[in-house]
Amino acid sequence: MAGNAGEVSDAAPAPLRVRRQPVAAILRRTFRRLPLHLLVIFLALLWSIPTLALLLSSFREPGDVVTSGWWNAFTHPFDLTLANYEDVLTTRSMDRAFINSLIITIPSTFFVVLVAAFAAYAFAWMQFPGRNALFIVMVGLLVVPLQMTLIPVLRLYTDLTIDAEMPLLGGRVFGTSSYIGIWMAHTAYGLPFAVYLLRNFFGSIPRDILESAYIDGASDARIFFRLIIPLSMPAIAALTIFQFLWVWNDLLVSLILLGDPELAPMTLRISSLVSSFGTQYQLLTAAAFISMALPLAIFFALQRYFVQGILAGSVKG
Amino acid sequence: MIGRRWWTPWIWLSPAVVLVSVFLLYPVLNTFVTSFMDADSAGGIWDLIDDPDKFVGLDNYEFIIDNPRPLVSNTHAALYNNAFWLIVFTGLTVPIGLLFAMLAARVRYEAVAKSTIFIPMAISFVAASVIWRFMYEFNPDVGTINALKTAAGSDSTAWLLDRGSPQTPFTDAGPDTAWGPLQVNNFALVMVGVWMWAGFAMVVLSAGLKGISTEVLEAARVDGAGEWQIFRRIILPILSPTIVVVATTLVIQALKKFDLVWVMTGGRAETDVVATLFYTEAFRQGEFGRGAALAVVLLMWVVPIMVISIRRFQFQEETR
Repeated sequence: MAGNAGEVSDAAPAPLRVRRQPVAAILRRTFRRLPLHLLVIFLALLWSIPTLALLLSSFREPGDVVTSGWWNAFTHPFDLTLANYEDVLTTRSMDRAFINSLIITIPSTFFVVLVAAFAAYAFAWMQFPGRNALFIVMVGLLVVPLQMTLIPVLRLYTDLTIDAEMPLLGGRVFGTSSYIGIWMAHTAYGLPFAVYLLRNFFGSIPRDILESAYIDGASDARIFFRLIIPLSMPAIAALTIFQFLWVWNDLLVSLILLGDPELAPMTLRISSLVSSFGTQYQLLTAAAFISMALPLAIFFALQRYFVQGILAGSVKG
Repeated sequence: MIGRRWWTPWIWLSPAVVLVSVFLLYPVLNTFVTSFMDADSAGGIWDLIDDPDKFVGLDNYEFIIDNPRPLVSNTHAALYNNAFWLIVFTGLTVPIGLLFAMLAARVRYEAVAKSTIFIPMAISFVAASVIWRFMYEFNPDVGTINALKTAAGSDSTAWLLDRGSPQTPFTDAGPDTAWGPLQVNNFALVMVGVWMWAGFAMVVLSAGLKGISTEVLEAARVDGAGEWQIFRRIILPILSPTIVVVATTLVIQALKKFDLVWVMTGGRAETDVVATLFYTEAFRQGEFGRGAALAVVLLMWVVPIMVISIRRFQFQEETR
């Protein structure tokens, strides 16, 4: 995949520069390029200061955050504390919300990858009537606003509620305020993009490899698990990261399908903290940073796949 | 490949087809029906079968067009604001992404510089809303932007509430001089969107830039073309399909914008967009018919994009 964000390129080509340049020339060149460097650094700072300000503020004394700007932290740098984190985790139940986010996100991501990979295999390597029409419907659904689906889905969930306690996880077995319900919804909403991405990748696997396996008597299941999946790991990794972040960061679906605050993921919890403690930034900054920690870790560890996912399917909303 | 039973593909497809039908296809169709029905008809077609009197024709669409209750549910503001988002958000994000992709390609620390722009992509709109509420805070002792502004000798601005036109925070023109969606608070919200999505535009456009052969650029330089000419005559034309892809994605984002507006202003001070108004109408006011009509309006905005992406897919298939 072209255009890795993780690779440095365009450094001036070396061969001609082996001869030492006069100092004046180097100075002149650096000076001429100074505006470029300043502009790049300015933009980089402009983009990162808001996040850094949030991070710094979350470690300041609660009283300081709401009375003086984050930049004051530099004048007395030893007044940092974990009190805000303790507060949001224990009394504002962000600990529970963090777990809820994990419970919601991990299965949703896993099911999307699995179900989409099955469908993508059929779309890429099987002949059946209506194949193209069905795939075009999938591609078309890629841009449908979720809002278009929420009223009927909510109604369906209310009608089909199974009002028994879900063992181990809590909430109902099915309906609104149920983990199974939200897993299914997130899986379905993620499918058009996932099928599109994987079908394009599966389709680019050389036909010879699959045909020789088929002639050797391998079943579809064997071809799928032993050939397709291992060969498509880069695409699957990209999809996994994308879907994980998408579900982790979702607010709208949880807002409508998870009525019970006990089950609320972090986005929902923070959004209600904002409406009840609008300017208590010591709470909000710490809460926001807890919700950002995992996405940021994934981002820094797997940036390459993240970029690939974006390049491979830049239609998803 | 041959030798499969006819139903084998359907076994592989069935989980996806069932989920997509239940959660996307059926609801889209049913929302259409609901949009022609009265307030409490959340069941759409099923309610219509039970009680045909719930059919109200185009009443919900008339409500959106006539805007009879501008103080409670200002449909015009929502529509204008969505158009504003569409134009300003896309119009700023694409050039900023392109500018940064081109600038970063010329320095050795490209990877680091690009990461800083790209990081906001990974975080949620909810977290971004907290970050920017903090940035926009009215109290100049706390809010960074107002601190800079007061340091420059001017007054604090309530960025998320100010309905004035864009120049009012910097002049003495006073509030309420704006027309339509050109409000300070809309600009403030859109800037957060730009902050989050510039990284996306940058990554995709940067990949496009890397695909341009350096020989072409060198040849143009040898022929005496200036940097601006090279940009205008070579880079932009080669990059234009990529720019279309980026802009399409951004347009969809702009139209579906919900989280950001919901957490930052809750639609107050006329910052509602169609998606937030939809949520308020359907799930706060219980006006399901009206909510459905708003959702249909949203869908109508994206239909052209849907057609374009299907065309592009078909073209890719033919040239495969």
